[in-house]
Amino acid sequence: MAKMNMKEAITDALRIELARDEKVMVFGEDVGHVGGVFRATAGLQKEFGEERVFDTPLAESGICGLAVGLGVQGFRPVAEIQFVGFIFEALDSIVVQAARMRYRSGGRYNSPIVFRTPFGMGVRAPELHSDPLEGILAQSPGIKVVIPSNPYDAKGLLIASIRDNDPVFFMEHLNLYHMARQEVPEGEYVIELGKANVVREGSDVTIITYGNMVHTSMKAAQELEKEGIQVEVIDLRTVSPIDTETIIESVKKTNRAIVVQEAQKSSGVAAEVVAQINEYAILHLEAPVLRIAAPDTVTGFPMIEKEWVPTPERIIKGVKEVIEF
Amino acid sequence: MTKPNYVVQLKELEKLSVLSPDGEIINQEAMPDLDDNQLKELMRRMVFTRVWDQRAISLQRQGRLGFYAPVSGQEASMVASQFVLEKEDFVVPGYRDMPQIYWHGYPMYQTFLYSKGHQHGGQVPEGVNALMPQIIIGAQIIQAAGIAMGFKRKGQKNVVITYTGDGGSSQGDFYEGLNFAGAFNLPVIFVVQNNGYAISTPVSKQTKAESIAQKAVAAGIRGVQVDGMDALAVAKVVQEAAEIARNGGGATLIEAITYRYGPHSMSGDDPTKYRDKEEEEKWKEKDPIIRMRKFLQAKNLWTEEDEEKTMEEARKTVAEEIKKAESVENMTIAGLLDSMFEHTPPNLERQKKEFS
Repeated sequence: MAKMNMKEAITDALRIELARDEKVMVFGEDVGHVGGVFRATAGLQKEFGEERVFDTPLAESGICGLAVGLGVQGFRPVAEIQFVGFIFEALDSIVVQAARMRYRSGGRYNSPIVFRTPFGMGVRAPELHSDPLEGILAQSPGIKVVIPSNPYDAKGLLIASIRDNDPVFFMEHLNLYHMARQEVPEGEYVIELGKANVVREGSDVTIITYGNMVHTSMKAAQELEKEGIQVEVIDLRTVSPIDTETIIESVKKTNRAIVVQEAQKSSGVAAEVVAQINEYAILHLEAPVLRIAAPDTVTGFPMIEKEWVPTPERIIKGVKEVIEF
Repeated sequence: MTKPNYVVQLKELEKLSVLSPDGEIINQEAMPDLDDNQLKELMRRMVFTRVWDQRAISLQRQGRLGFYAPVSGQEASMVASQFVLEKEDFVVPGYRDMPQIYWHGYPMYQTFLYSKGHQHGGQVPEGVNALMPQIIIGAQIIQAAGIAMGFKRKGQKNVVITYTGDGGSSQGDFYEGLNFAGAFNLPVIFVVQNNGYAISTPVSKQTKAESIAQKAVAAGIRGVQVDGMDALAVAKVVQEAAEIARNGGGATLIEAITYRYGPHSMSGDDPTKYRDKEEEEKWKEKDPIIRMRKFLQAKNLWTEEDEEKTMEEARKTVAEEIKKAESVENMTIAGLLDSMFEHTPPNLERQKKEFS
């Protein structure tokens, strides 16, 4: 075991996979020589050479399209998009080209690509650096969307993503990169994609969430415990596909649920979770399922982002609403 | 002190031709490296392709094909550019480039299935180094760079050839692909078949650049312009580009000046709305097949019987292949759900039940 923050856990996962499989390649803007703007790829070029870990021209569509071509050749590219908002430049390469490759070719070709990108509110990044865009990707067939909430998960999920033979969009929350270090096993381990994690058990209400909101929700849960409310918290880990079984099992136990997401309220991951609860567990519900989310504005300006994203207070209020319904 | 040369200036470009419209060699030095049998085979493929195109248009009108983009007029730039490559080289086509992938080994009935909208139409057979046709204009350009990087990393001496049109050269991905190929010195050949129009928009409205070939300059790669209705000139520039690429010399952008005789596609485009008969006739005088026929006949390499035989063979092949396409079973929704991922996730498994 070693103590790592999430950034270090990501570097560790990349190093393990680069060493294990010579088909793995890591590239993007500034990822080679300096090791990325967050140093998530620090030291990798020195260790594995410029053929496998390299800087690219500044062109997101080019980076992701290059990955598609390398995937056709049997490589396993890990392409970094420097900040999440830049994926708009590359949406064709990601959701049109990579995500459809297997389907369009009837299985002849695939895109064993991981698109890594930092995202997430809370560090006052300039506009389009932190937007919670997971819903756009989650709505796109053919690509998995993974969002770790801690160093241990980040390592196991990233290794699983790199080994997956289909494209994975891997979103790393900016607030979590330097979060307190956690014990992370040395060497390889995988966390299965598409499986949620019950991070806190409780009997009164289920909070379904992911990413940084796991921590915000845990704070709320701890506060609520003081009032005798036992909250179960589910960390989705993978937001597409969603682990329906774990959610439904929990809702059948607690009979109440809220979904917490950092992204805007409408048409996102939370909406999908609510729809699934409706489909598979409606008769177990004692109250409507609420969404605690950001408002439907363009992503909040840095000076108001702390209010823009769900706070423990809003979550507590939501929990009480469904309890008292 | 002389004035520094600080303004970029491009020299005037003269496109490469080998054959005159009358089929005479006008540039002996630029003859491609092809023996008599290869010259005959190149002609045979162009004649075959023209008949296939005419039959496909007719099948489309009968409702037996779906989306179809005619190729007549462009046989030299299409067929000759693929002809001089090796089987292990990789062809990355746009949607009009069915002839190139067919001659690279992609079965014709699958091009028909692609047109009809069947998944098997994109299922490139093992051993055929080609992608299925690209619909998004320009997306293939950057993918071609990626495939070329793959060859390079594997230490294979193969090249990638990819195609787009004059319209495609305006896309951001086009420039990104050229730039990546330059920055990483990749073995890739970008062919722009400049047929004068992107659907209805003339190339004069597409760019102020005097040529599309000169766009290579900005990416630091080779750029050449060729008479795209001259099969020998096309063969020559692709041979050159391939040799340079195989020997580590990097990418080439080839602008092939050509013309499509038909509409952009069979989905309602009417070329009389944006170009006149006179222009069309002028281009037909440069026809790639007539030129090549005259050239080969003068060398006693091609007879009317050869032509008849080829046309008959093409008609017969098309008839067989469309039948084969029509006998392929339709897809199932469950099958499509299973083709989304290597391992079908539970949510898609549940949806399979909805459609069973």
